[in-house]
Amino acid sequence: MYPRPFEYVAPKTLDEALAALDQTEGAKVISGGMSLLGLMKLRLLSPGTLIDIGRIPELDQIEDRDDHIAIGALVTHGMTASHALTTEHATALAQAASWTGDVQVRNRGTTCGSLAHADTAADQPAGAIACGAVMVARSVGGDREIAAADFFVDALTSALEPNEILVELRIPKEGGRSAYDKLGRRGGHSDYAVAGAAAWVRSDNGTVADARIGLTGVGTAPSLAAGATEAIIGSDGSAEAIAAAAERAVEGVTVLEDLYGSEEYKTHLAKVYVARALEQALALARS
Amino acid sequence: MHVSMSVNGREVSGDVEPRTLLVHYLRENLGLTGTHVGCDTGYCGACTVHVDGISTKSCTMLAVQAEGAEITTIEGLASNGELHPVQEGFWERHGLQCGFCTPGMIMQSAYLLAEDNNPDEDTIRHGLDGNLCRCTGYHNIVKAVQYAGARMRSEEPDAPDWEEEGT
Amino acid sequence: MTSTISPTTTTSALGGVVHRKEDPALIQGHGKYTDDIKFTGEVAAAFTRSPFAHATINSIDTDAARAMPGVHAVYTIEDVRHLGTLLAQVPVGALRPLLADGVVKHVGEAVAMVVADNRYLAQDAADAVSVDYDPLEAVIDLKDALSDRVKVHDSLDSNLLISWVGPFGAEPEDQQKVKADIDAAKEGDDVVTVSQEMLNQRLIPVAIEPRAVVADYNPGYGSMTVFSSSQIPHALAGAIGKTLGLLSNQVRVVAPEVGGGFGAKLNVYSDEILVSWASMQLGHPVRWTETRREAAHSTVQGRGWVATATIVGTKDGEILGYQLEGIADMGAYTQNFTVAIPFLGLFVGSGQYKMPTWWKIDCVTTHTNTTDAYRGAGRPEAAYYLERIIDMYAREIGMDPAEVRKKNYIPNDQFPGAVSPVGFAMDTGDYGTNLDALIATSDYAGLRAEQKKAREEGRYLGIGLSSYVEVCGFAPAGLAELGFSWSTYGLPAAFSGSGLVRVNPDGTATVQIGTGPSGQGHETTWAQIVSDRLAIPVEHVKVRHGDTGDSPMGIGTFGSRSAAVDGSATYEASQRVRAKAAKMAAHLLEASEEDVVFANGGAHVAGSPDSSVTWAQIAEIAYMPHKLPEGMEGGLEASVVFNPSNATWPFGAHLAVVEVDAETGNVDLLRYITVDDCGNVINPMIVDGQVHGGIAQGVGQALFEEALYDETGNLLTGTLIDYPLPTAADLPTFELSRTVTPTDINPMGVKGIGEAGTIGSAQTVVNAVVDALAPLGVKHVDMPLRPRRVWQAIQEAKG
Repeated sequence: MYPRPFEYVAPKTLDEALAALDQTEGAKVISGGMSLLGLMKLRLLSPGTLIDIGRIPELDQIEDRDDHIAIGALVTHGMTASHALTTEHATALAQAASWTGDVQVRNRGTTCGSLAHADTAADQPAGAIACGAVMVARSVGGDREIAAADFFVDALTSALEPNEILVELRIPKEGGRSAYDKLGRRGGHSDYAVAGAAAWVRSDNGTVADARIGLTGVGTAPSLAAGATEAIIGSDGSAEAIAAAAERAVEGVTVLEDLYGSEEYKTHLAKVYVARALEQALALARS
Repeated sequence: MHVSMSVNGREVSGDVEPRTLLVHYLRENLGLTGTHVGCDTGYCGACTVHVDGISTKSCTMLAVQAEGAEITTIEGLASNGELHPVQEGFWERHGLQCGFCTPGMIMQSAYLLAEDNNPDEDTIRHGLDGNLCRCTGYHNIVKAVQYAGARMRSEEPDAPDWEEEGT
Repeated sequence: MTSTISPTTTTSALGGVVHRKEDPALIQGHGKYTDDIKFTGEVAAAFTRSPFAHATINSIDTDAARAMPGVHAVYTIEDVRHLGTLLAQVPVGALRPLLADGVVKHVGEAVAMVVADNRYLAQDAADAVSVDYDPLEAVIDLKDALSDRVKVHDSLDSNLLISWVGPFGAEPEDQQKVKADIDAAKEGDDVVTVSQEMLNQRLIPVAIEPRAVVADYNPGYGSMTVFSSSQIPHALAGAIGKTLGLLSNQVRVVAPEVGGGFGAKLNVYSDEILVSWASMQLGHPVRWTETRREAAHSTVQGRGWVATATIVGTKDGEILGYQLEGIADMGAYTQNFTVAIPFLGLFVGSGQYKMPTWWKIDCVTTHTNTTDAYRGAGRPEAAYYLERIIDMYAREIGMDPAEVRKKNYIPNDQFPGAVSPVGFAMDTGDYGTNLDALIATSDYAGLRAEQKKAREEGRYLGIGLSSYVEVCGFAPAGLAELGFSWSTYGLPAAFSGSGLVRVNPDGTATVQIGTGPSGQGHETTWAQIVSDRLAIPVEHVKVRHGDTGDSPMGIGTFGSRSAAVDGSATYEASQRVRAKAAKMAAHLLEASEEDVVFANGGAHVAGSPDSSVTWAQIAEIAYMPHKLPEGMEGGLEASVVFNPSNATWPFGAHLAVVEVDAETGNVDLLRYITVDDCGNVINPMIVDGQVHGGIAQGVGQALFEEALYDETGNLLTGTLIDYPLPTAADLPTFELSRTVTPTDINPMGVKGIGEAGTIGSAQTVVNAVVDALAPLGVKHVDMPLRPRRVWQAIQEAKG
């Protein structure tokens, strides 16, 4: 309940924050603090310095930028869940955000913070992967763009370097529709995902022209369900095609057993939720 | 570190270690013990307060992060000696037993009703799922929020359960 | 004897809805719980806890901790061994040392205590205490523990501490004959035998207020003042005094607002003793408040049984015998009621049924945190096994589960005073009427039709019902004779229920009771009792409790006992005050005592409401005794210790409707319907509230909660992240009604309702889920019915 002592700085600009992060050994960036403070209170993590980016202006916007939308580092789960731009162009991510934590957590926790935390069972990574998000990692040396599918490396490990801040999430406006569905640890959609899948599809004359499927809760990190994605592209999106794609849900994924399910169960759930996410995304695409 | 903020309309300031959680600043430094601590993982919601009008679990925030903020705690919810409709609802509909989760539950309910004063039951239940109660089974908490919503809409609340029994 | 479902709004104080007197403070943040009560100069304690379930302690290095800024002291067993062990009411097994003594026996056992300026610094210093351990093999699994392959305590002959066998009170050979007769029945023609091993998993009580204690010793007065989040302040005062060598009137324990207890605070804890002792050593008030993670490791847990239930019966639903045989987990150390909890299960081992019953639970010690009372305490476990196996039997013979139950209930003509097959005399009961009420109020036939339709649509809708009998309202006659009491240690603590009623000079009343409520609404309910007897308005009755400095001796609040015992004491005390006041009023009204009627805040002459006096006028002469007739004693107060002749036996029937997603195993609880019977009702609003909360905890056990240890004794579910409690979003609106069968053993006819909801609910939900999955061939799923378990059961049934 009581974090170990640390230094605290609250830069006014992103440049100051990046400089502080670059120069301070063992510093961590805090925005909403929903994930980080929890670990610190259990003394599972004790950074020497916290760099609070919460006071930096203009990071709390979702912007429409012609070919993509941009979600700033301080955009909360609640804003991602309800904003007109996300619900239209990143439905799966918005749905995932709406099932992240509870109201109070969604009020303070940030989408970028959740992604950077890279929990194996978080919702929004699956949405980000399916929506083809690009992560903008910034350091004193400049920007680096990382595809969402490459961003989640391992449990609680993202592709961010220690001196980088995830300043923005960009979702391409490529048409098509997306959806997210999961089984929560407390049942239904509550709490972290035992297993969850997000699917984005773009149909062309009854054929699935393009698709991406993101998985969470199942493996060591949220990931692209490459086999299922490959299977659904070019198909007619029929029930049979969905079932065939779902069968390949965990292709290339190391499924991990945890408190919430055996390897066999999680493998099964991955198939179920790939199918359900695809069904919902295809239904939206047809409507 | 020095912090200053407005709590229940009063300007307060003081020195804290950076690691001091907002809830401990409220309870230990300001003596506002109505905000409770029920867990260490941000799951129970007993510490819910409003930070700049937004419901927040005050154990998930550092006091220094609240620099310059306007905080409302359970002690500041009633105004001019009048109970907030949610407080009245919890009393009228037996929405509390031991009362420990109640300040957080009331603050969260007041936030939900400020956003939408006519939520359906499902919306209330999901809106409160970050606040744990071990006494009431939530049954009367939902009734209390419905009562308060009706009051805020200037409507007559539904009759309490105990007048409907016997059917 | 039973009136059907009750109309509940009345205008009389007793039986009517009165809004709670407790609430104005609590809804405005003015309620004071232990951690809210601050002392000048107070310092904070923290504990260094064992990371091992079983290990030898080679050395404890406290130097670094002592050298840290703000640290006042670091204590180990060397400092406190002379105080002895933690005291328990039923001292069978190994008692807990105040700090680990040479060896640790469970993860989270306190090894050292640090006292520092504040809780942050105390935790820093507790982390800096360095302990050198040699890990030893731990025994966690119950069957493994029973084999004595690894012993938990060298000082004990066996890990088996005690076995509770029923029929209770019978000679061992007679008990064996009951068992043998049931075994013989299994060999009969045209009988069906159904048997199932089932887990009743360990639970963590999780009162939302963590336990907290602050002690302030004043060497000048020689007084110890302790605020603690406790259900049993009197027993705690006794234990502190006994352990620290203080007289009982030097120790004042106050249980202020208590944020839920559920049995977890029905214990004297070593931290309470240590904090009090440290205050004596340091000359500062000392505080400790547990963190939630600490609570999971050091506050008692509940349940933890594995047992096999067996029924033999005819093909037309007559149960010929019931057997339960299993093991209950006591954890490492015996605390207050630890080994007695399964015994409470034995009380209701045969439920409300008449079939011969043989029942045996072995209490074993393991390298885990101590178990003790948790809401229901033995009775939910007993009801679970019985009501699950009855459902399995009903399905086996193709009979409706409601019909099977009705066919085997103890008939009404046995009451009052029916003796159950496990050997206990019961007060009153009318089980058939109660179940009929549930069938009617739930539209059971309609639900079955709905289920048929759902099944045709490929949906897995399930209907589960169960019935239960509870035993509660314990008092000396019910328990002390059986070995439950503090008297083993000569503790100056009561084992009784009490009530003191005083009418004040201004005509208001003050009531002092020996209970330790944690949300049950005693300030309101007791005001209703007194108001009913004295006709003083409820708002003029102030109820005080939980302070050993000014309340009559009491046992505290647990076991659904307060209204039946302390409430009855208060009722009787009110009667005595009333009788005394009647004499005074008669004097003032110049009427005969028999003609005095109490109403509307005073007394008047029967038939002449205008000829009246107020309570203030009566009190005026009571407290100026020179105005009283010669020979009449002054004062208007009475104190009563109530000693009922038996416990009370509430009962009820519950029904749940669930829908299961067979593809994922996810369970949705759609409806929950109850008909409980707790005898007469003092405040229906409060009684319903108790049922609501009880149901939620039973549903929590059925669907969500489990204290899960790995094979090395690590608790895998020590935070609320991995120990999920039901939330508002997980539960439906409950549908409650009642039958009313008053008890004949106390003046108000009240039985108790605090635990009924929990005792009735877990098996109801499991019965519903198994019913939902019947078309898939699923016969049983162990709790909690997390999706993974349900899915697994479906796969196994599919083969």
